[in-house]
Amino acid sequence: MPMKFDTPATTNPIDQLKVVGKPYDRIDGPLKVCGRAPYAYERHDVVENPAIGYVVGAGIAKGRINSFDLAAAKAAPGVLAIVTHESAGKLGIGKRNIAKLLGGPEIDHYHQAVAVVVAETFEQARAAANLVRVDYAPSKGAFDLHASKDGAVKPNMGEDEPDSATGDFSAAYEAAPVKLDETYTTPDQAHAMMEPHASLAAWDGDKVTVWTSNQMIDWAASDLAKTLDIGKEKVRIVSPFVGGGFGGKLFLRADAALAALGAKACGRPVKVALPRPLVFNNTTHRPATIQRVRIGATRDGKILAIAHETWSGNLPKGRPENAINQTRLLYAGEHRMTATRLATLDLPEGNAMRAPGEAPGMMALEIAMDEAAEKLGIDPVEFRILNDTQVDPEKPERRFSQRRLTECFRIGAEKFGWSARPQVGAWRDGRWLVGLGVATAFRDNKVMTSGARMRLSANGRVAVETDMTDIGTGSYTIIAQTAAEMMGLPLERVDVRLGDSSFPVSAGSGGQWGANSATSGVYAACVKLREAVARQVGIDPATAEFADGEVRGGGKSASLAGVAKTQDIVVEDAIEFGDLDKTFQQSTFGAHFVEVGVDAATAETRIRRMLAVCAAGRILNPKSARSQVIGAMTMGAGAALMEDLVVDKERGFFVNHDLAGYEVPVHADIPHQEVVFLDETDPYSSPMKAKGVGELGICGVAAAIANAIYNATGVRVRDYPITLDKLLDAMPEGRA
Amino acid sequence: MKAFTYERVATPAEAAAAAAKNDGAKFIAGGTNLLDLMKLEIETPTHLIDVNRLALDKIEATPEGGLRIGALVRNTDLAAHEGVRRDYALLARALLAGASGQLRNRATTAGNLLQRTRCPYFYDTAQPCNKRTPGSGCSAIGGFSRQLAVVGVSDACIATHPSDMAVAMRALDAVVETVKPGGEARTISIADFHRLPGNTPHVETALEKGELIAAVTLPPPVGGKHVYRKVRDRASYAFALVSVAAIVQPDGSGRVAVGGVAPKPWRIEGAEADMRRGAKAVTDGLFADARPTHDNEFKRTLAQRTLGSVLTEARG
Ligand SMILES: Cc1cc2nc3c(=O)[nH]c(=O)nc-3n(C[C@H](O)[C@H](O)[C@H](O)COP(=O)(O)OP(=O)(O)OC[C@H]3O[C@@H](n4cnc5c(N)ncnc54)[C@H](O)[C@@H]3O)c2cc1C
Ligand code: SF4
Repeated sequence: MPMKFDTPATTNPIDQLKVVGKPYDRIDGPLKVCGRAPYAYERHDVVENPAIGYVVGAGIAKGRINSFDLAAAKAAPGVLAIVTHESAGKLGIGKRNIAKLLGGPEIDHYHQAVAVVVAETFEQARAAANLVRVDYAPSKGAFDLHASKDGAVKPNMGEDEPDSATGDFSAAYEAAPVKLDETYTTPDQAHAMMEPHASLAAWDGDKVTVWTSNQMIDWAASDLAKTLDIGKEKVRIVSPFVGGGFGGKLFLRADAALAALGAKACGRPVKVALPRPLVFNNTTHRPATIQRVRIGATRDGKILAIAHETWSGNLPKGRPENAINQTRLLYAGEHRMTATRLATLDLPEGNAMRAPGEAPGMMALEIAMDEAAEKLGIDPVEFRILNDTQVDPEKPERRFSQRRLTECFRIGAEKFGWSARPQVGAWRDGRWLVGLGVATAFRDNKVMTSGARMRLSANGRVAVETDMTDIGTGSYTIIAQTAAEMMGLPLERVDVRLGDSSFPVSAGSGGQWGANSATSGVYAACVKLREAVARQVGIDPATAEFADGEVRGGGKSASLAGVAKTQDIVVEDAIEFGDLDKTFQQSTFGAHFVEVGVDAATAETRIRRMLAVCAAGRILNPKSARSQVIGAMTMGAGAALMEDLVVDKERGFFVNHDLAGYEVPVHADIPHQEVVFLDETDPYSSPMKAKGVGELGICGVAAAIANAIYNATGVRVRDYPITLDKLLDAMPEGRA
Repeated sequence: MKAFTYERVATPAEAAAAAAKNDGAKFIAGGTNLLDLMKLEIETPTHLIDVNRLALDKIEATPEGGLRIGALVRNTDLAAHEGVRRDYALLARALLAGASGQLRNRATTAGNLLQRTRCPYFYDTAQPCNKRTPGSGCSAIGGFSRQLAVVGVSDACIATHPSDMAVAMRALDAVVETVKPGGEARTISIADFHRLPGNTPHVETALEKGELIAAVTLPPPVGGKHVYRKVRDRASYAFALVSVAAIVQPDGSGRVAVGGVAPKPWRIEGAEADMRRGAKAVTDGLFADARPTHDNEFKRTLAQRTLGSVLTEARG
């Protein structure tokens, strides 16, 4: 029976905060900086002499394969096998994949895999892959969201509702004395993680092991089994280190499926990494959106009516970008409506990227709030505070478990010197037009079932095993901190093993639920281990204390090493969440403050200062949490200023499909970043009283930058990214 | 990558002879551009002639009072050279605005001049591209062309030459010294070195097949203030949307070459004559024949603003 979390947490051993809440360095840090962390493509330790697979991506966006000519590729030096849909045998499609990972005869999107060529060496595989000739019958596709907008439909979104309405928005908006009605666009964006998708597959009879780079081990195992049409028990997924994912590695992708198929075809372990250009068009991306926001307010700034509509596109059966979610919850206002529409586009699959929904949603909503504040002549910080709500505005009986947004703004404004914000276009510093901008950060707190196995050994060490992943976030460290706190051990006496489907199923890394849910699962397993240990030495588990490597109680004490002297103690447990996330609205909050300079002649924007103040429950490790937030702020800066996966609307693909063409911020783009966490706990969230921060940090950043650019220049750009060409005409200098 | 044979040569004459002998040969210097293109099979040499051991890695004074820069001088070394920094600061600044420290440590003077375009379609072998596959068509025209050229273009190709170094060299009136496969030396002015696409966009320079670049010479210093301004979407490690290389004399006259706007460093001596009248007068001349696309017409304005800002800085 898993531990059920259905009443708010009371005092528990985590509250001691001897280890949890301390800014420990990453325990996996030395492995990484010494190059000894075993990433999938470099698993020289697990198989001998793997062959290399190279993926051939479709050269058309939509249509059919008439035929392959594989003769030249087969005859090329070193080639061991070529797998196409014709030779792959019966394949299924993963529950979480929309398009097939090995395409053909139908082609669903550009660079959909159509073949994997396996050879002795990487160079041979790549050279032979270039000899594969595919004869296509292209057909017409839809690639332009703007052109397809009018045909967009109300999608089936499973549990989520595409539309919502409270009160009478139209009437209230019409009657409102101050109105804002604007449309914003966000482009397609790429995860652009450093490590491309990579997998090494080896078969042992009818069982396959795949060392890969994946955020959600159990999803990957189920979907690989479905894809290969074999039982899930025949699949093992191992992914202890992930070189960045941002949602791009939530799902099984072609590298894993084709490594498995290639290995089967040539009877040898095979490894496959997606070449960088394929990462952009072969995998998933954050879909572009068109968003219309309407805000009606009283003259003194109370929101009366608020509406948010969004349009995005995806392959048939794909989901929309849920850009309206935050608008249902963030600000007060009696009359409200949201709507989500989805167009069919034949681009690669759109799916989750860091803070799916909220990230693009806040990009629009938070410019709209700035515009509305300006119309009202109210400071944008005050406008947000004025419209704060402690309850779900659609269901006032449902309150937020914890909501300290106002404090985030007050503290941030003070620290940042917000009161010095200039009039629009009034601050000049040499070449630079300078401005300040602000925006709310908001992201839901999601919780997921999560399990762990604990082993106490005779050497007095505790080992944690869970299929949780560390995607650069610090999972190893916070899990070790949790176990150390619970067992009364120093951090060094905890070993953490992650990312293996032979370990208990965890929450995985996604939706910023990982840290809170996975450590809660470890908490549950530790409670069980404490009971087992206490019972073994005859101490009442209810009163047993764990400290200094000992268990104590009822006048007795024993060292943990001693308890496990003759036999390791092994327990397993999981945490399951009740409906506290339904009876209460659980969200994370923050305020972003940004100062930008815009070159008065060329309109180049350079960020000068950034501050985020976050309220996100207990911060398990301030160092790794800060690292998450500054990384997210950096990603937000990219979204604001440069990231744009450009669609060729004729040919139907993302044109800038490498890291030269798809620009993300470099060091020189990012100034000093400051992060403040409010000291809080949220007992409704979990026994850890923590929430997520990894996605909160990106939400609102881009709008804060957009608002700062407006403050600096007087130009309101509503189409991201805010590149210089959109500002140039208004620049005062360099005209003569 | 297609299989190739490899040889290392020790003298320019050997290099030339090797090139004459092998039809599909290419020289390789730093390899920072060529190897990337070979991996993608955009370049498919069957034979590589490694010129790194040629003793062409010196920077020497010329009898006329200029500088002779060996073809293999690395971008880092060229930018750090005292004489360059003192007398040709424009060149040092342009070099340092390009690529990254690691790349500049490898990149050579000749290789930089000969680097190929960054047009995204050029890099995608599934797409038509006249420069990569003559006669296949141009995907960028009517496609995504924000980065591409606004002037000097043709109906066959609108790609830019992406070098920063070459823009400074154009303003400095550099001269390229070469050795032909027969062993005979010649010089080509930088103005004539890069060619406009016309209907042969795959032919990018005046070099003949197998012709080796031995050096680039700079005429005696011309004084003035040297400003190189590179404008791009991020602060570093990106190719120019527009770059301006300007030398401004105390009397307000000067020279201007513009990068990121054309298939070659863009300079029109006639337009420069208007420098005292300001940036607009100069850029009106530079872009009189411009044929921008919807995506990149901002570059004309941007070039003007950038030059305007540069002139203010130089005069200030
Ligand atoms: C990520 C990245 C970013 C970059 N950013 C910039 C930038 O911002 N600005 C910029 O200007 N450049 C930039 N570059 C380009 C870089 O400057 C060039 O790659 C470099 O200058 C090429 O020099 P190389 O010696 O490595 O040439 P190679 O790659 O060795 O050769 C390039 C070409 O020159 C030919 N060649 C070389 N030497 C000779 C010779 N002596 N005679 C005749 N032919 C010869 C070769 O056959 C080949 O065709 C960037 C490159 C990369 C990879
Ligand atoms: S602009 Fe030139 S390089 Fe680009 S696709 Fe057209 S022909 Fe090719």
